Amino acid sequence: MNLRRLKAVTKKELLHIVRDPRSLILALAQPLVMLLLYGYALTLDVDRIPTYVYDQDRTPESRELIDQFRGSRYFQIQGSVNGYKAIDQGINTSKILLSIVVPSQYSHHLLAGEEAPVQILVDGSDSNTAGIALGYAEAVVASYAAQMRSNAQVRRGGQALQPPVEPRIRVWYNSDLKSRNYIVPGLIAVTMMMIASMLSSLTIAREWENGTMEQLLSTPVRPGELVLGKLLAYFTLGVADMLIAIVVGVFAFQVPFRGNVAFLMLTSCLFLLGALSWGIFLSATARTQLMAYQLGMLSSFLPAYLLSGFIYSIQNMPKVIQAISYLVPARYFVTILNGVFLKGVGMRILGGEVILLTLYAVLVFVGASRKMRLKVA
Amino acid sequence: MPSAVEIRDLVKRFGSFVAVDHINLEVGRGEIFGFLGPNGAGKSTTIRMLCGLLQPTSGKATVGGLDIATQSEAIKQHIGYMSQKFSLYDDLTVEENIDFFSGIYGVPRERRSERKDYVLRMAGIEERRTSLTRLLSGGWKQRLALGCAILHEPPILFLDEPTSGVDPIARRTFWDLIYQLSAAGQTIFVSTHYMDEAEYCHRLALMYRGKIIALGTPAELKQSLASHHLLRLEVSDLVGSMKVLESLEGVSEVAVFGGGLHVTVADPSPAIPAIWAALKQAGIAVSVLEQIEPSMEDVFVAMIEEEERKAA
Repeated sequence: MNLRRLKAVTKKELLHIVRDPRSLILALAQPLVMLLLYGYALTLDVDRIPTYVYDQDRTPESRELIDQFRGSRYFQIQGSVNGYKAIDQGINTSKILLSIVVPSQYSHHLLAGEEAPVQILVDGSDSNTAGIALGYAEAVVASYAAQMRSNAQVRRGGQALQPPVEPRIRVWYNSDLKSRNYIVPGLIAVTMMMIASMLSSLTIAREWENGTMEQLLSTPVRPGELVLGKLLAYFTLGVADMLIAIVVGVFAFQVPFRGNVAFLMLTSCLFLLGALSWGIFLSATARTQLMAYQLGMLSSFLPAYLLSGFIYSIQNMPKVIQAISYLVPARYFVTILNGVFLKGVGMRILGGEVILLTLYAVLVFVGASRKMRLKVA
Repeated sequence: MPSAVEIRDLVKRFGSFVAVDHINLEVGRGEIFGFLGPNGAGKSTTIRMLCGLLQPTSGKATVGGLDIATQSEAIKQHIGYMSQKFSLYDDLTVEENIDFFSGIYGVPRERRSERKDYVLRMAGIEERRTSLTRLLSGGWKQRLALGCAILHEPPILFLDEPTSGVDPIARRTFWDLIYQLSAAGQTIFVSTHYMDEAEYCHRLALMYRGKIIALGTPAELKQSLASHHLLRLEVSDLVGSMKVLESLEGVSEVAVFGGGLHVTVADPSPAIPAIWAALKQAGIAVSVLEQIEPSMEDVFVAMIEEEERKAA
């Protein structure tokens, strides 16, 4: 490694970056756009479920039950209907997601202390949302029924009914259970993986396309110097992107930041180096910019999005996919980001992830340098 | 002192295609050595092997006494290379390109500004030092590329079709530069398919289908065609004359050349009167019949035809 040559390469790459203001602006705007778009659009919170009510009972009890739904922030009553046809229509046109049907004998059964079923119809085409909505609806119905029974008991002169076990739930780290709080840190990882490997994926392919690579190969510059020189130039751009992403996450999305800033910076740099090296590796493999770009998109964004545990829980995946996810560096970085942002943990707990990120960066860097060397032969 | 370049039985195969087929040659120090041949003859492949960009399949070659198979990194310190495609960075300025190559060639810090000034002066682009390279004309770009390849004062310079796509005046200027470098003691290994440029070289190798089919000074190559004498004819009926001459004894080749004919004969002294007589008999008027000196192009074409005949 010759420092003078390294410096020459880095300086040249930085000049390329500033001479192409359109790409530069794009590179800096991309994390902003991605974060804002995904951060606002991608919410897994289910609330204000549009709901129809079909009350066949029309008793004080049935109305009270419906009021329970009306009072809940999870449901939004869109209207009362008088038949299944309207419900069908509502679900088909996506006007509603759920419908509550109170059968005619509801109040009678309830007051008699018998089982008092309520029918809930839900649009199952989005099974995830449907499941969550159904859960909320069941909880509302069950709690109302329990309360009614307890009241009846009191009226009969007895004691209020005490359930044998009463859970007192306390959620740690993301006490409001806001999905944004864990989506945004994960998004930073996905965005950075994508941008970093995009940025660097064009750099060597471009030299091949322009014929400058042939010139470089005839000079004493070593593959390692070329790779590292380019890496350092794009690293400065990557750090800028990373800072933008973090600032947007903390200030625009109000994601709590409980950890150590220095630890976050250190791990971000490690992750960036790995992602940039991956781009250079692809670039050395592909030879054309178009090919490198497509490979970059396919191999950075998709795995980071799907296999990092950022939205989709890795534990629920088939074993084979789980095994593959260990090869995705974003997986470790997502764990680190969630740890740093929400839990405020550091090296003591995330040491393993830090080591794996380092290992990834080193391996891919060596691979990229070797790939360059092979080209010479 | 070893030769600047020495090649022994060098072979390069790409799959079943033999790009370079057992070539041998030697280039002396300070020589301008021309590498001639049609496109696809294997010139660029040979130069790429010598510069360490390609590994040879077999055979041996040394550049400045260093083995290309084992010492290619050391060779890179001692050579300059200019490929046929313009290969500087378009989005960098003239000076930035020079500074970059200065850096990667490891030109010592104290020599840098002196070398930069030399290159700017040599290429005649002192006034355009801060322009983007993209904005330079072809001739300037090319002289700048040459300048960048010699920043580290390499003893051996490889130029792969350096003048392709440049206007004639710029080509002339470029060759003046090559002469200057050669006069300063640099060895220059240059490939071209311009025949007039071949005449500028000290020595030439003619490459065809991966083989070197002729090697020598331009004069020697023309001499080797001594058995082929060339006559130029201007006649009243081109097609009629061709028919007559093709069947005439002692005539080996008849070709239309411009508005006249080029006729190759083994021995001009009996052939000239025989041609006069035959054409007169056929009723064709001859306005010019003279022996001419073969140009490099004639040599080139004759040798390749000879090679084709041998292959057939």
